[in-house]
Amino acid sequence: MKFKKTAALLSAAVLLVGCSTGGSGGGESGDDVTLTYSLWDENQLPAYQSCTDAFTEKTGIKVEITQSAWDDYWQNITTDLVTGTAPDVITDHVQYYPELADNGQLLDISSYVEADGIDLDQYTGGLADLWVKDGARYGLPQDWDTVALVYNVAAAEAAGYTADDFANLTWNPTDGGTFGKAIAHMSIDKNGVRGDEPGFDKNNVQTYGWTLETGGGVVGQSQWSWSALSTGFEYLDKNPFGTKYQLDDQRLIDTLTWWQNQIAAGYVVPREQAGQLGLVPEMEQNIGAMVSDGSWRITTWAESTAQEFAFAPLPEGPEGRVTIINGLAPSITASTKHPDEAWQLVKFIGSTECQNLVADTGVVFPAITSAAERSDEVRTSKGIDAQVFLDEALAEGGTAYYPITLHATEVNNEAQAVIDEIQELKVTPAEALPALNDRINAILEG
Amino acid sequence: MKPTLMKAPPNRATWRSSDVPTALLYLTPALLGFAVFYAWPLFRGVQISLTDWNLLSPAEWIGAANYQKLFTDPLFWNALKVTAIYVVVNIGSQMILGLGIAVLMQRLRIGTGTQSAILLPWLIPNVTVAIVTLFMLDPNVGFVNEVLDYIGASTHSFYGNSDLAIYTIALVNTWRNMGYTALLFYAGIQTISPDLYEAAALDGASGWRSFWSITLPMLRPITALILVVSMIGSFQIFDTVSVATDGGPGNATRVIYFYIYQKSFEELNMGYGAAMAVVLFALIFTFSLLQLRALRATESDVN
Repeated sequence: MKFKKTAALLSAAVLLVGCSTGGSGGGESGDDVTLTYSLWDENQLPAYQSCTDAFTEKTGIKVEITQSAWDDYWQNITTDLVTGTAPDVITDHVQYYPELADNGQLLDISSYVEADGIDLDQYTGGLADLWVKDGARYGLPQDWDTVALVYNVAAAEAAGYTADDFANLTWNPTDGGTFGKAIAHMSIDKNGVRGDEPGFDKNNVQTYGWTLETGGGVVGQSQWSWSALSTGFEYLDKNPFGTKYQLDDQRLIDTLTWWQNQIAAGYVVPREQAGQLGLVPEMEQNIGAMVSDGSWRITTWAESTAQEFAFAPLPEGPEGRVTIINGLAPSITASTKHPDEAWQLVKFIGSTECQNLVADTGVVFPAITSAAERSDEVRTSKGIDAQVFLDEALAEGGTAYYPITLHATEVNNEAQAVIDEIQELKVTPAEALPALNDRINAILEG
Repeated sequence: MKPTLMKAPPNRATWRSSDVPTALLYLTPALLGFAVFYAWPLFRGVQISLTDWNLLSPAEWIGAANYQKLFTDPLFWNALKVTAIYVVVNIGSQMILGLGIAVLMQRLRIGTGTQSAILLPWLIPNVTVAIVTLFMLDPNVGFVNEVLDYIGASTHSFYGNSDLAIYTIALVNTWRNMGYTALLFYAGIQTISPDLYEAAALDGASGWRSFWSITLPMLRPITALILVVSMIGSFQIFDTVSVATDGGPGNATRVIYFYIYQKSFEELNMGYGAAMAVVLFALIFTFSLLQLRALRATESDVN
């Protein structure tokens, strides 16, 4: 949770008093180097532990992994960077690396990549390109994620849907397509009346057809990005590193207006009921029957003991089926005392050898396509069918990138407040989005 | 307190010089603490507020730009408004309930056990209170809504509804703090001479009347103290917001300290965060002075 936030705040506050010395620990140059490496996902910790173990065996360079949850991760990294105690290698995200790179906190690895002849085309979805800013490279892709539908199998059967029906859903912002009909039909009020039947009581709903996950900022990556993107909408004038957001685009306004209408009709879990406990309890308690979610949570759904869940491809929109494909990468901090050894580690994480080890745990799709396919086989052997995420990643023209800009946290905070208000039915997208767009573009101008 | 008493004795200079070293010795720890923990951070705060420091790159002097930005930032004004609502609801309810409990404590002559029980919530950290109430008030699994549902009342998302959230936070913290406020009031009530009540009773005053005409006026100094102390604390509301709502939904609970924190430590806009902190400091300082003035804090009504 967020206790550590306060701790981070306190420790950072100490900086205000003006102490900023120190250096990262670790051994001297030579055989006895210990690198520090940070990540946030505890589910992935065993995978990368086995990877770094193999690395140590191969090179003699020791690696110490520190893990802290996403909520604290970036503040810890920032504090560590300021105090000079940052890890040598950090697991990085496209929302954060531009700011760090812009402030000279990350090491440009392009010369290493060139010298060692790394094949950047081996990584799925062209993700390697996202880690280049102003000609400098700050990471090698380690994994990727896409978004697909998750549905409650029992609720779907009761509504008369088969897996085939879900595989062929369509959506558009005008009438919602077969997807719109599905979430209406899967909504049931306390008297057992379905959402598309006369007499549906939207104020006393037992199970909502669609589940609301709060958050998502300006992107709505797992929440609504797929619907907006399937209309041809693009977040930025240029990605990565566009200079203007295009949130006043009529297609985005139409998309979010459609969603708002579904909320008003009682087909979506209301914003306030979604509460602070998160998406998983909503689905496990059958408050919502269906949702879109990222592949990073495959195991959570597949191994749930409360309900049986299955995956389906995203609905096809007016311009086809589009998912955001995004991924993480290890970056080297500029303050590292062992840049050469840190590069060895980054190179190893980006290699088939490490990614196959990660694939064998089945928790995540490794960036190299062959390793991703291998991870899919591992899941299949465990009885988990998550093929749709892989199919979407490989589909021609079916992927879009996460919008990458500077000041991403500030942009997300601004946008989140407006998205909340739209979901609460307090403002309409038509009036709120153009104003938000102006504010965000003012932030990007700096 | 007559001015004549304040006149210095004629031989003041002589005893003063001999006492100065000793006095300084005794004052040193306090002065040192003040300099290190208050004066220097305040100075640095003002200094940072005039720069574009983002934690990661060296700061550059940008003059009053942060202050100019602040006046046109709708979220800054929203944060002040939300904080004001919080302070008014929190302090108002806390003072009234605290005073009520204190009077009851005196009237009912309750034992130390019960007195301690009233103080108990105050011993729980804010963060814990926030987490516990987050679960208790949850719209889906919360105990409070189960009870409301059972007795047929309508259920609410207390933290998740933007119309209720800030009031929920204010009242949750009132619940936590009112025992402490009550204890302070209770201590104040103990200092009122029983003779006054006896005299009032002989004159035929009702309990209600003596509360209005004796207890309340006699408590003026302690009321002023409680008001100032708890108002400063109340302005600093942060932890409950951080744990329970993250400033949302929308901007409904983005109180000023949380906004400063977000700007400074999430968005790495240290200079802007510092500018807001300086303005907040000036505000609280002014409010405290005005309050002490308005309540003529050093004297009670019946002198």
